[in-house]
Amino acid sequence: MAKPMHDTPMLDQLESGPWPSFVTGLKRLAKDNDMMVDLLGQLETSYETRKGYWKGGTVGVIGYGGGIIPRFTELKDEDGNPLFPEAAEFHTLRVMPPPGMHYDTNTIRKMCDIWEKYGSGLIAFHGQSGDIMFQGCSTDNVQPAFDEINEMGFDLGGAGPAVRTGMSCVGAARCEHSCFDEGRTMRMLVNNALDDMHRPALPYKFKYKVSGCPNDCMNSVQRADLATIGTWRDDMKVDQEEVKAFVAKHGRKYVIDNVITRCPTQALALNDDDTLEVNNKDCVRCMHCINVMTKALAPGDDKGVTLLCGGKRTLKIGDLMGTVIVPFHKLETDEDFEWLEELATEILDFFAENALEHERTGEMIERIGLVNFLEGVGLEVDPNMISHPRMNPYVRTDGWDEEVAKWEARKAEA
Amino acid sequence: MSEPRMPIESGVPEMDPYLHPVLKKNYGNWKWHDRPRPGVLHHVAHSGDEIWTVRAGTQRQMDVYTIRKLMDIADEYAEGYVRFTIRSNIEFMVSEESKVQPLIDKLTEEGFPIGGTGNSVSMISHTQGWLHCDIPGTDASGAVKALMDDLYEEFVKEEMPNRVRITTSCCQINCGGQGDIAINIQHTKPPKIDHSQVANVCERPSVVARCPVAAIRPAMVNGKPSLEVDEKKCICCGACFPPCPPMQINDPEHSKFAIWVGGKNSNARSKPTFHKLVAAGVPNNPPRWPEVSEIVMKILKAYKEDAKDWERVGEWAERIGWPRFFEKTGLPFTKYHIDNWRGGRANLNASAHIRF
Repeated sequence: MAKPMHDTPMLDQLESGPWPSFVTGLKRLAKDNDMMVDLLGQLETSYETRKGYWKGGTVGVIGYGGGIIPRFTELKDEDGNPLFPEAAEFHTLRVMPPPGMHYDTNTIRKMCDIWEKYGSGLIAFHGQSGDIMFQGCSTDNVQPAFDEINEMGFDLGGAGPAVRTGMSCVGAARCEHSCFDEGRTMRMLVNNALDDMHRPALPYKFKYKVSGCPNDCMNSVQRADLATIGTWRDDMKVDQEEVKAFVAKHGRKYVIDNVITRCPTQALALNDDDTLEVNNKDCVRCMHCINVMTKALAPGDDKGVTLLCGGKRTLKIGDLMGTVIVPFHKLETDEDFEWLEELATEILDFFAENALEHERTGEMIERIGLVNFLEGVGLEVDPNMISHPRMNPYVRTDGWDEEVAKWEARKAEA
Repeated sequence: MSEPRMPIESGVPEMDPYLHPVLKKNYGNWKWHDRPRPGVLHHVAHSGDEIWTVRAGTQRQMDVYTIRKLMDIADEYAEGYVRFTIRSNIEFMVSEESKVQPLIDKLTEEGFPIGGTGNSVSMISHTQGWLHCDIPGTDASGAVKALMDDLYEEFVKEEMPNRVRITTSCCQINCGGQGDIAINIQHTKPPKIDHSQVANVCERPSVVARCPVAAIRPAMVNGKPSLEVDEKKCICCGACFPPCPPMQINDPEHSKFAIWVGGKNSNARSKPTFHKLVAAGVPNNPPRWPEVSEIVMKILKAYKEDAKDWERVGEWAERIGWPRFFEKTGLPFTKYHIDNWRGGRANLNASAHIRF
């Protein structure tokens, strides 16, 4: 336990400055943990050579096919012996936090004790997909570390071609913009798909993200295969006395420049008596005015969700935003939640059966077209799904009359 | 031999046991909020209950000693509950206003910056890098630490026109995500192939299928099945490297940083947008990446001076126009800024709208 420290002149330069230093943390761990001594040695080497030295492999826990990120060192001498043997295995356990990433101190202390016993003592709160990342574990210790974390009531998250760990915003727990129960929704979506999370067999990753309002603090439009975003369909709420108070405090020019003219659809006007006029038919629920006047304005009462499908970053075909597939649905009763659970299952199954290897939902929709996707999962077309109608004539329209009849029938039902 | 322990497939845990009692009591019933000072949120429920949240920056990768110190602070100065934001800031909730200042004082004394709320530059959301990733071109944790040292004042104050959300990524997969400013590795040379290893390690057809520009084809090299890259077609994206490690894309000299601006996830005002390339060829220069900081600070300075209240970086650039963006930031405009990927023509100016 008293392995001497390697010289780390480059990493040492990351100990200065006002922001908390992870290097100082690594060094503190290294005083009592030889794995960290050697980890610092390998990391310093990377800083010198500007190269990474980890390779993946196969490490898991009994019963699951994913959730562990295996890392083996590639820094070896001529005889194939690791240059930094204590850190030759440096695996990560991805563990799912409670929705909203809330903790009591006792739970986090227990996690620290477990990780001090079996791992390096380094924990990331949280990784980019929303997991608690227990970083730095030998192959032998992965199972006992997981067992103790699992006994605490925590489970492994996703990795590889699988349903990934979900994310939901602070939402109803502490935000007045919340339009539904984000935590319940995320938990339901992920826990309904645990088999596809823990036994990776999908074409590629599949992510659920849940944001309580269109501020979309979870970046779901850009990052989620299925984004669930809160919204409302009645009028937004205006407390005119608070509007007047806001105008009195900030001045008319401020309100005109920062609220009225910033509305993307010109749905707002400031009246002569300093009250606010809202054209709710034109309002697109962007949240800007509500964000500025938090005390005077609020979402309406008839709340629900908008669903978008297919967001992802670059690889392979380029960045894709999610596309609206359900403009509005209530999400309050058990039946509403069952509806969402069934639709999510339908989408996941369709993805599993129809996507090509290493293709995300967005790429699949790009390849087969939104209409085929909607038909596949049993959703009707809706003009809220488009920015504007098609601009080219390259389409065969001999089913026009039937489609018009469908539209009329749906309109009559509504 | 005893039966192996099978996992309890419990999934995402329930939130309730981990929620601050005031949050639990007022779940779904919050009325409004304000920010008494940078780093502090004050929420008021319909019940009249109030909660103050103090937000502090962390290094994300934390040793257990740092975490226990934060938990001690939560027990002694707050009320035993914390949460983390998507950007790895820690939040302490207290139900009495009188607890806010002592909590801030203690966190400050222990070296945790208070801020990251409202119109600040919040903590950079970042990827893993050399510390743990198997395909990294750089070390995000280090680049972020160096940059946050420079941005410290902007984290603890709320003096930007609107919030600034920065991300970094160690390869073009861009796990760091979209950002007002995104700092991402951009490879500039095709992969270097170890032909003796390809047949052993790589499933060749799936590697061929990964390439966005169909530049990879199966080939026999030195009598062994391998892959070859049409280097004229190759866009150096590195997509082939994860499924085929012998196709090394990371290069100590030629893997550079590129800087992107104008990503926005919120629907507020304008629709969500992706970030756009503004600078490339920036050296990958550990341990403190000064060239990256210099460009980021330049962009932020111009944004802070010129943007109107509530304009995000991308909205500011759209209003003043991209020619003026390059003028005001002093960044050079090159042929590489012009999009030639599929659909890229939609990003060209098809009008006579020119600012003079």
